[in-house]
Amino acid sequence: MRLTEGARGARILSFGKYQPARVVTNDDLAATIDTSDEWIRSRVGIASRRIAAPDETVADMAVAAGGKALAGSGLSAADIDLVVVATCTPEVPIPNTAATVATRLGIVAPGAYDLNAACAGFCYALATASDAVRAGTARNVLVIGAEKLSQWVDWTDRSTCIIFADGAGAAVVGPVTGAGESPGIGPVVWGSDGGMADKICIADRNSFIVQEGQAVFRWATTALHPVAKQACARAGVDPASLAAFVPHQANLRIIESIARKLGAPQARVADDIVHSGNTSSASIPMALSAMIERGEIGSGDAVLLLGFGAGISYAAQVITIP
Amino acid sequence: MAMTEEEILTGLGEIIDEVAGVPADEVSPDKSFVDDLDIDSLSMVEIAVAAQDKFGVEIPDDELKNLKTVQDVIDYVRRADVSA
Repeated sequence: MRLTEGARGARILSFGKYQPARVVTNDDLAATIDTSDEWIRSRVGIASRRIAAPDETVADMAVAAGGKALAGSGLSAADIDLVVVATCTPEVPIPNTAATVATRLGIVAPGAYDLNAACAGFCYALATASDAVRAGTARNVLVIGAEKLSQWVDWTDRSTCIIFADGAGAAVVGPVTGAGESPGIGPVVWGSDGGMADKICIADRNSFIVQEGQAVFRWATTALHPVAKQACARAGVDPASLAAFVPHQANLRIIESIARKLGAPQARVADDIVHSGNTSSASIPMALSAMIERGEIGSGDAVLLLGFGAGISYAAQVITIP
Repeated sequence: MAMTEEEILTGLGEIIDEVAGVPADEVSPDKSFVDDLDIDSLSMVEIAVAAQDKFGVEIPDDELKNLKTVQDVIDYVRRADVSA
């Protein structure tokens, strides 16, 4: 049997993001449920979030974000041969989201699949894309995280409806080509614990998202900083040299707690949650796109990503900004 | 050797200062976490995690709702410490 020849390494060529137009503020929520702007800001760090229109689908948002990433990559649709959509909120179980998104973007006959690792989904998808490029089973990969969590939220449950939101983020992954070019996606550190499956879940198709806030907070603030440090160690990158730390935008207090324990005081810490809410698999590429647009991080910067959430599942890797 | 009430109070004061920015000298046994020290449910988790590191006593999430005052935590740690 012959095997494919892969690339020496994979790198990210571009990012893109899409957010729905409708802004929902904390005061908007406080008008219908027993909560307040002060309570939400102090517990989760969110000031406002974006919520999709009723007829706006996960695929619509994925196409919008994916199209921007593709446009920024310098590649054409014909260059993409694999499309991975990380989502835990697809419209329907079949067909998958990825094949439809690919066709709508003019990408003809790529490998296409959805990946569900909940809020860790983008980091999982990025790792599988990088590995496909290195194995030679794909040349260029469009990786998208897209979620419409609003359709799985009980809008009378003040413990969850203040947190979750909608959006999409994307990246184009391609091979390292030039002899002097460094890989731009480091080794992933990933894992899971099904024993904690009930801590964040949707129990059945007629149910909404529920989570045990204290249990998730305890896990996230104690178990994840070692994962983040290990991702740095595997990539041979000193945390003190990171330009930024972009964790899943779950809760600002979780983000700040992990960041404090990381040993990277110089790194800019993503806080996209403040105006985007928790968008699960979309949150990391959305935050990265926004930081690049604002000039907070630039070409060549080393950035640590850390996805974590339902499953329980988690994944981290160091990337280089294109 | 079992910890004294005074030792636990001192350690707890350091933890609460670290977690919630409340000066240690304001942490007295009669203080309520929510009403007097403005400590919410997530900070209580952080205090429980720090207490486990400092005192070697695990405080599960299910117990946190029963620990309303500083004295409640002191009592919990002493009971767990003695039975350990």
